[in-house]
Amino acid sequence: MSFWQMGGYADYIWPAYGVSALGLLVAIVWTLKAYADAKARLKALEEKKP
Amino acid sequence: MSAFTALLSRDLRLAARSGGGAALALGFFALVATLVPLGIGADLNLLSRVAGGVLWVAALLAALLSLDRLFQGDFEDGSLDVIALSPLPLESVSLAKILAHWLSTGLPLTVLSPLLALLFNLPASATLVLFVSLLIGTPAVSAVGAIGASLTLSLRRGGLILPLIVLPLLTPAVIFGAGSVAAKMDGMAPSGGLALLAAFAVAACLLSPFAAAGAVRLNLTN
Amino acid sequence: MNILYRYANPREFMRLSGALLPFTAAAAVLAILAGLVMGFSVPPDYQQGMTVTIMFIHVPAAIVAEGTYALIAVLSLFSLVWRHPLSDVAARAAAPLGALFTALGLVTGSLWGRPMWGTYWVWDARLTSFLLLLFLYLGYMALWNAIEDEIRAARACAILALIGAVNLPIIVYSVEWWNTLHQGESIISGKLAPVFLWPLLVMMAGYGLLFLTLWMIRIRTEILNRRSRTLMLGGA
Repeated sequence: MSFWQMGGYADYIWPAYGVSALGLLVAIVWTLKAYADAKARLKALEEKKP
Repeated sequence: MSAFTALLSRDLRLAARSGGGAALALGFFALVATLVPLGIGADLNLLSRVAGGVLWVAALLAALLSLDRLFQGDFEDGSLDVIALSPLPLESVSLAKILAHWLSTGLPLTVLSPLLALLFNLPASATLVLFVSLLIGTPAVSAVGAIGASLTLSLRRGGLILPLIVLPLLTPAVIFGAGSVAAKMDGMAPSGGLALLAAFAVAACLLSPFAAAGAVRLNLTN
Repeated sequence: MNILYRYANPREFMRLSGALLPFTAAAAVLAILAGLVMGFSVPPDYQQGMTVTIMFIHVPAAIVAEGTYALIAVLSLFSLVWRHPLSDVAARAAAPLGALFTALGLVTGSLWGRPMWGTYWVWDARLTSFLLLLFLYLGYMALWNAIEDEIRAARACAILALIGAVNLPIIVYSVEWWNTLHQGESIISGKLAPVFLWPLLVMMAGYGLLFLTLWMIRIRTEILNRRSRTLMLGGA
């Protein structure tokens, strides 16, 4: 049996890892984007009123 | 007449005046009890086995119906500010409102439950357990519900948030209440579940006036 | 208390988190990668076969989910009793992360149980309590979004979180009681052989560090947004 078949349990193991990876990735991207947006917005406002 | 009793009878009168008091909750309870067999089939054997859970959940939902108005009405017309200034502490105000809610909702639902249990072919001994479990458990519903009501009293469209907050907190009541009925049906003693339910109800009734009062104060002062 | 108040200053927090973040982020990535390698190197379990590898992403998610709720409860206490300024921000920042990890715990738990019990959902005491935890998170986030006034929302949610925290052990106990009544099955049983323990611990560390990293970034984001709002309202 290959590594990918995971002893026959591939149908459960890979979706579990897949969903977890997806969920964590979305969280990371979302968090970083919100932070970048907040930084950009603050920078723009600070430049408008010196 | 003490301030507590005055507030209690006022709330009871208000409940009776708007929406016929218990009638709305009782109607909802009966409707759900009618719809479930229509949904799952008329197998009386099956119905008697699910009766405890179905009737408990239905009663719980029916009791939730009038909860959002518990503090909201008085908040909106300014009465709550006046009540808060009175010598009666907010904790007692909350307790009075919880009691009024139970008397006008939980208690009537409990009284109706044996009749609805007939629809589900629940045996008499289990029906008695159901009655007792609702009698003990519905005060907990009013108490925990009051916490949700006080937290959401400033929301005009707080409608669905209140059940979302309150229902998870009432899980133990459903489990112990319906579980007692199930235990009786399985030939076991229901006393374990009923005792746990009673403990939960006592704790809820003792603690929630303080939490509710805190939430009311929060909404009045900010 | 003084040490806490030192970091209550947003500027101090920005400084501290700015220093910590590169380390926590790097450590999180390393730990998770190491955990994955270790996890997939294990031999099949006697009972569960290779599905034991799901444990390495289920248990860490569950622990972070439960730990986050405890964290929010403690922060709520600080917010209500000591009026610690950053507690509100920190609690609000943690909640969606906690909800996410709870959801991940549910999905992985479901997939873990499926090969064993044949169905995608098992009314296992742990999974059921977990589902209720998700509802507690959703209610908390919904209440925060519903109340317009920021301070009121923070205080109301603090009360709700504390009520939830007090109630949670009761809920867990009642679900376990319910489970024995209906003779449910249990997903996790007994002791863990060392070969499975180490990947699990490493993944737990990785998930914890990842939460910490994302949480700090979210708090920084909120601090920046508050500064923006102050500027927009014409403040200094």
